[in-house]
Amino acid sequence: MSAVLEQVARPKPTDVASAAAWDLAATVVDPEVPVLTIADLGVLRSVVVDEAPAGSRIVVEITPTYSGCPAVDAIRDDIRSVLSAAGYADVDVHTVLSPAWTTDWMSDEGRQKLAAYGIAPPTGTRPAGPVSLGLGIRCPQCGSLHTRQLSRFGSTSCKALYVCQRCQEPFDYFKDH
Amino acid sequence: MPHGNGAPTDASLATTVTPELVAERLATGVPAPSPAVAEYALGLGDDALILSQRLGAWISRAPEIEEDIALGNIALDLIGHARSFLTYAGSAWGKSEDDLAYFRDEPEWRCVQLMELPNDDFAHTIVRQLAVSFSQYELYTRLSASSDPMLAAIAGKAVKEVDYHRDHGAQWMLRLAQGTDESRRRVEVAMTDVWPYVDELFRDEAFPDSLEGIGVRPSTLRDAFDAGVSAVLERVELTIPQGFIARGGGRRGVHSGTFGVLLAEMQVLARSHPGATW
Repeated sequence: MSAVLEQVARPKPTDVASAAAWDLAATVVDPEVPVLTIADLGVLRSVVVDEAPAGSRIVVEITPTYSGCPAVDAIRDDIRSVLSAAGYADVDVHTVLSPAWTTDWMSDEGRQKLAAYGIAPPTGTRPAGPVSLGLGIRCPQCGSLHTRQLSRFGSTSCKALYVCQRCQEPFDYFKDH
Repeated sequence: MPHGNGAPTDASLATTVTPELVAERLATGVPAPSPAVAEYALGLGDDALILSQRLGAWISRAPEIEEDIALGNIALDLIGHARSFLTYAGSAWGKSEDDLAYFRDEPEWRCVQLMELPNDDFAHTIVRQLAVSFSQYELYTRLSASSDPMLAAIAGKAVKEVDYHRDHGAQWMLRLAQGTDESRRRVEVAMTDVWPYVDELFRDEAFPDSLEGIGVRPSTLRDAFDAGVSAVLERVELTIPQGFIARGGGRRGVHSGTFGVLLAEMQVLARSHPGATW
């Protein structure tokens, strides 16, 4: 991942107080894919700690992966919980829609964790045109590219369902978006 | 439709569209959208919410389990779009997304009638999905360049999701039209039944000149829509049905026969137990 894209994907604040709070918020995981943190995903968009009084007030912005994603509410609660436990008295979490989230923001580390967890990471290529054809998706179990799409829609908005033709295992694929 | 709580201090209006933000806008006296913009957002939000409600009824009844999931996923995306549009629209009138979803009667709804048509068989649902997803794709692509930052942000997010819905609709059209004699027959019947309602998507009746550059004039989307849909239909030797056009009127609050039943089912819990959360 290029340094420029990395900066867009994970805009960690530069002031010390906000950066410390960012690191805390960044530990919150996606409830649907618990190996990924919201920082890995690029869902954490900004953390701002007010200077007075003594960093007690904090505003966090997150962006939904999909407009209707119900995980947003759980993530919001988890951020509040983590930051409250660390002593921040007044935690606001709100949602931003622009710029729209993209799987391009998923960190390299996140992609590796996803594959190790058994979910094929996004390939970074989006099919185009009214009737599209995507690239082969690699089986996270055996590594074969001989896989078949079972369903374009999966257990959550962000995933599709595949099956490996070699090892016969079904698996989730984190859709390019 | 759960609400967040707490009021953010950073009201970056260009990028945020949340119930919290709307509350803050009203509290700090930031002007809400003009009535015309609010009405426009209401129409788009109602389209998304009512189609979502219809699609949700397929869950557990689709021809295969993957389709249960697919239609449920599409419905979920549409709920997301509806929440954003209704929250924005409601800020003009001091109403929440839930006020608008659960406490409006039939004549107050602004969805086009295509969205509220009964699901009928799977072919009818797929034909409607083809029409809606291709039209929403053209609409949201253009709306993402709106001079209204909130409408642009909602549309910019939605268009990526609708692109996937478009693909789903197109793939199923090809499969049904080239499947068995029965699937072909059903698709042809569905085209004849559903297409008269497509025209309403492209009428300018609810689009005042004051919205130019803010919204997208519906009639200007028609050519791109027809071209996109025709490219799919030509592959399986189907054509856009000509002739009968339904009267429409959804944007004025005129709805079709089964809409009241849909509303009753969608609203009964909130109306029976005002203030309940779940």
